[in-house]
Amino acid sequence: MATVNTAWDQRSSNIFKTWVIMFFFTLFTIVVAYVLALGFGPADGGFGGVGIVGIALIIAGVMNIVSYYYSDKIVLGISGAKELKHNTNKEIYHLVENLCIASGLPTPKIYIIDDSATNAFATGRDPKHSAIALTSGIIDKLHKAELEAVIAHELSHIGNRDTLLMAVVAVLVGSIALLADFYLRSLWFKDSDSDSKGNAIFLILAIVAAVLAPLVATLIQLAVSRRREFLADSSGVLLTRYPKGLEDALLKISADKEPLEVANRGTAHLYIINPLKGQQAVGWFAGLFNTHPPIPARIKALQEMEGLSTEASA
Amino acid sequence: MIAFYIFAAAVFFILIWFLVTYNYLVTLRNRVREAWSQIDVQLKRRSSLIPNLVEVVKGYAKHEKSVFEEVTKARTALMDAKKPGEKAVANDMLTGALKSLFAVAEAYPNLKASENFKELQAEVSDTENKVAASRQFYNTNVLDLNNSLQTIPSMWVGSMFGFKNEEFFKASESEKADIKVKF
Repeated sequence: MATVNTAWDQRSSNIFKTWVIMFFFTLFTIVVAYVLALGFGPADGGFGGVGIVGIALIIAGVMNIVSYYYSDKIVLGISGAKELKHNTNKEIYHLVENLCIASGLPTPKIYIIDDSATNAFATGRDPKHSAIALTSGIIDKLHKAELEAVIAHELSHIGNRDTLLMAVVAVLVGSIALLADFYLRSLWFKDSDSDSKGNAIFLILAIVAAVLAPLVATLIQLAVSRRREFLADSSGVLLTRYPKGLEDALLKISADKEPLEVANRGTAHLYIINPLKGQQAVGWFAGLFNTHPPIPARIKALQEMEGLSTEASA
Repeated sequence: MIAFYIFAAAVFFILIWFLVTYNYLVTLRNRVREAWSQIDVQLKRRSSLIPNLVEVVKGYAKHEKSVFEEVTKARTALMDAKKPGEKAVANDMLTGALKSLFAVAEAYPNLKASENFKELQAEVSDTENKVAASRQFYNTNVLDLNNSLQTIPSMWVGSMFGFKNEEFFKASESEKADIKVKF
């Protein structure tokens, strides 16, 4: 049975899966917050459990909203990033501009990172304040069709509002991490005599939750990130209508072993493929900790769009 | 009494759904119109480059009259075309005419070396890409609207308020034939 998993199908399926993940993530956050709030106990003089949950949310919220709001300024902080204007490189500018016309997005600011590594990323709080960055390496090493595919992938991140989604996810992860941390620290100051036997079971439960929840939250965050990569791949192909271009580009970029010096763990999820090469883990379990899906899985999804591979995946 | 409340609630929700669907269809239709005006912008930009280009080529290759005529005719046809299908055909014709113009230019080394010509050539080819891009955006929006107008339940709201399927920006065979007859 040859069923073609078209770019349209994959796009809808990835959007649906993101919503499913986000639903369970929100549920998970509420449960963890509830358990830890009970762990802190009622408000007697202090903030109480609910108050502490509120404080964690506010701190994580403010931190991430600030970084979200100024997300397009990240590129400015990268050493050697230069803005590309229409008259400095018409070819690249027109490539971006024309893809923007095709997707109905305003043309973002374009930056060139002077680095021979092959990579690209997009960021910005909304399409009007977005920026896309290309390394000089990727411009030199990729053909036009491949470069077009990469730019279409990046513009899709902008069009799909991935910076916003990842900021929301970061608020949830941050609140859970803060809460867990507050809770484990508070145990040092607890009166151990006052705990009855019934509370002991709850105490263990709360400690387990506090230890495991940040890890689980991080894993969910990475799952969202990988899902959005698949989504950007399929939306990008809807722009270029040429899956082979992105396939070739991914193969070329992943074959290039040079790491990007200016990337770090904080910004890794932004790039088209993980810029911290050599640190990318393989295998099912290790795969849970990756910001990007493995290249073979992305290639396979792209081949399905061409009708070349008929097994269902992703 | 309970039955009445259930009935009232059902009517209320249907009403809300109606409003939301109607607004959604209007949004889709406006998007199509906006996308259409973007194609127009690019097509105008394209047409406006033609006289300059013809002038420059004429300066070096006076005797290629038939090519100039073909390009000028195609340009006029494009400017006169109204409906998406007609415009798409005229646009394809202009592309063909420009192709023969650039092919002719190959035979004139001085023309090929002229900065002015090179710049115009680059501009024309970029505008061609921009037309293609805006056409893609337009067609995606038309697809969105037409999908909503052809699927249940939104098609009921659509037909009630006279929403119409929009035409893709695409050169169909019959229209191609129509335009050719005029030459």
